[in-house]
Amino acid sequence: MKDLHLKILALILIVSALGLCYYKIDRLGVPLTPQSSAQVWTAEATVRFNGENQSAKIDLAVPKSPPGFSVLDENFISAGFGLATDDEGANRVVQWAARNLRGPQTLYYRVVLTEDNSANRDRTQPTPDYPDIPEYSDPERAAVFTLLDSVRARSADTSSFAQELLRRFNDPSPEAEVKVLRDDAASNLAQVEQLRHILAGARIPSRIAHVLPLTGSLRHGALVPWLEVYNGERWLAFNPRTGAAGFPNDALVWYAGDMPLVDIEGADDASVQFSALKTSRDVMGLAQQRARLINSDVLEYSLLSLPLATQNTYKILLTVPLGALVVVLLRNFIGLRTFGTFMPVLIALAFRETELIWGCILFSVLVALGLIIRFYLERLKLLLVPRLASMLTIVILLMAGVSVISHKLGMEHGLSIALFPMVILAMTIERMSIVWDENGPKDAMLSGLGSLAVAAVGFVVMTHPLAEYLAFVFPELLLLVLAFTLLAGRYTGYRLSELWRFRASARAITSKQ
Amino acid sequence: MSTVGRGWRSRLRLLRRNPPLRLPSTLRQLGILGMNERNGDYISIYNKRKFYPLVDDKLKTKQLALEAGIATPELYGVIEIEHQVRDLDEMLGDRQDFVIKPAQGSGGNGIMVIGGRRGNQFLRSSGVSVSRSELEHFISNVLSGMYSLGGLPDKAIIEYRVKPHAVFDAVSFQGVPDIRTIVFRGVPVASMVRLPTRQSDGKANLHQGAIGAGIDLATGKTVDGVWFNSVLDSHPDSGNAVRGIQVPDWQLLLELAARSYDLTQLGYLGVDVVLDAEHGPLVLEYNARPGLNIQLANQMGLRSRLEKVRALDSVPASAAARVALGQELFGE
Repeated sequence: MKDLHLKILALILIVSALGLCYYKIDRLGVPLTPQSSAQVWTAEATVRFNGENQSAKIDLAVPKSPPGFSVLDENFISAGFGLATDDEGANRVVQWAARNLRGPQTLYYRVVLTEDNSANRDRTQPTPDYPDIPEYSDPERAAVFTLLDSVRARSADTSSFAQELLRRFNDPSPEAEVKVLRDDAASNLAQVEQLRHILAGARIPSRIAHVLPLTGSLRHGALVPWLEVYNGERWLAFNPRTGAAGFPNDALVWYAGDMPLVDIEGADDASVQFSALKTSRDVMGLAQQRARLINSDVLEYSLLSLPLATQNTYKILLTVPLGALVVVLLRNFIGLRTFGTFMPVLIALAFRETELIWGCILFSVLVALGLIIRFYLERLKLLLVPRLASMLTIVILLMAGVSVISHKLGMEHGLSIALFPMVILAMTIERMSIVWDENGPKDAMLSGLGSLAVAAVGFVVMTHPLAEYLAFVFPELLLLVLAFTLLAGRYTGYRLSELWRFRASARAITSKQ
Repeated sequence: MSTVGRGWRSRLRLLRRNPPLRLPSTLRQLGILGMNERNGDYISIYNKRKFYPLVDDKLKTKQLALEAGIATPELYGVIEIEHQVRDLDEMLGDRQDFVIKPAQGSGGNGIMVIGGRRGNQFLRSSGVSVSRSELEHFISNVLSGMYSLGGLPDKAIIEYRVKPHAVFDAVSFQGVPDIRTIVFRGVPVASMVRLPTRQSDGKANLHQGAIGAGIDLATGKTVDGVWFNSVLDSHPDSGNAVRGIQVPDWQLLLELAARSYDLTQLGYLGVDVVLDAEHGPLVLEYNARPGLNIQLANQMGLRSRLEKVRALDSVPASAAARVALGQELFGE
């Protein structure tokens, strides 16, 4: 195969670039598009109780890999308490213990979460036993079985069974048997308990999940009961009021099952209060935190660890390869002519400040004025280096002049001309005047316009927000650019301009044949 | 109405016969060599970089050619630093005409041809008179690298001014026609003569309006000429026929070109030869990156010719045998 070595090298570059990129997206949650911030929730449970002058043990259920969230940080704020956490099936319990407690005490559990749609969606733990059919009282018994029979007739599996049951149970104008079973005055929790009681009649395992609805800034919040049924493989969640499947996006599952939220020994008057606060945090900061949690050094040694001012420099520098890529495409594939290989990239960098239209206008004005003066200098017969130095001085004076005049005229865009690379401009003017003298104005204008066109395209590509973001956050993608430019280095096909250039040759050869 | 329609239709027919763009597949089928392919598949593979200085520096070329017995225009002197300009008179002796050019110039830029002297006034071949101070300014520009590849400091070569052989007199306007031969692996593959016109201002540069006329490798006779992008059979200034001119010393010229390969070690080489009225074929310069215009001048594609030579397992060791091979393969 032709250029096998090069192709293998390019393949290695491409694979390593995409691999690293994938790792950062998938494992660290670095977003692929520029978003400045992400939602972060801080949820807090406050346990208050009264000490009774003896040793106390407080067990509090806390979230364990809650579905739809990934945990960024956890704090147990409890001065003077011994602390242990313990997994119990689907739940996790934190146990605080202390001796000789007196008076009111407060313990805090705080968790920082971010929404993560891929996180822990499946709930399989624990595998339940099938419940025995309860001993229903007489009127209840008939109602339960009538209801269950008619629900069973209109459902296919556990999921649709539960939904159909919930629909009927919550019907605003309920059937007779539901009326018997439903107590509209009962609390939410009691209603869900009643649903479990009915489901047990069909021997369907169920449990109550206690979720914390995260809305705005929540104070003095409480857990809301949610119904979960087991379908033989996993636990399925349903809104006990509407029958909607799954947990809502803004619901944090705190714990599930029959255990109490808080269990206190040796103290009394325990109460638990919940609060939640929504803040937005820098996405990259989040990714860094996540990287630290899974002990990944990828972001620790990334550009994000640099001081901010240096980061800003690299934000610009890392787009330069994209400009170089544009030069390669336009010169080797399209066939545009430019002054100097990378002069257009530097001009494009200057366009960042002036913006495109004004940049083009200012560039043309400067080069035109510079050319006129250069033609005059030609008559003075100066040596090369002093002539270039004079041109540099003149270019800077011209820039200052344009700035002052445009400022007086109220065109503030003229001020940003100061960022043009003056050395490059002076060299461009010099080379353009030489080409003008030797090959005629047409060649000089063509190359000049070619440079401007490449600079304009380069500017559009280099300043595209997505390109800027990707180059900075995924600098490994520049290996893709490298791979492409390496491959382009062995592109030996025709340039687009040659399809036009060789039309006469093609005609001559065809007519000769 | 009908005339408008006919004009429109005939224009369309013309456009179809001569479309502004050709398909890459058409160009490939016609064997036309593109810039990327020339650079990537020929120059970068067959021209080793370490040999470039031999051809990029015309002074080195001259010395090498001299050792190998290849004729070049006689060297009068070299100016390496500014104040050697004073030695100009000594270098010139009583010679009336000479050429000043940069040792590392490119594309025929920065060449001044002086056809006569009157004290401190020099007469350029174009008829313009230059003062001694203007001449010195020109030389200092050359030394500072204004015309050189990469703008590095350069040397100015003062050498013999070629007196063009009369054979092309009828079809050239001022200037000196030169004969460019592409030599690949030492085998001449194509040749053309570049004829200056009024438009090209006496320069033998196709881009600026010189005529390029292909030369049949077998016979040394010119074929149709090409001016800008169209085929023409007579010179635009004189009206004389461009076709069918027999290049004198053709065999010698091709052998010079073929031997240049041994000299330069460059596998893909452009050899520029001028025909001097007194000294015969003189090598003017070598080019490690010869242009693609020769395809148009010869009305043939270089690609198919190069591929034939590339496919050879080996090429003959002697220059004469390589010339014979080139003539056999590519003569018409």
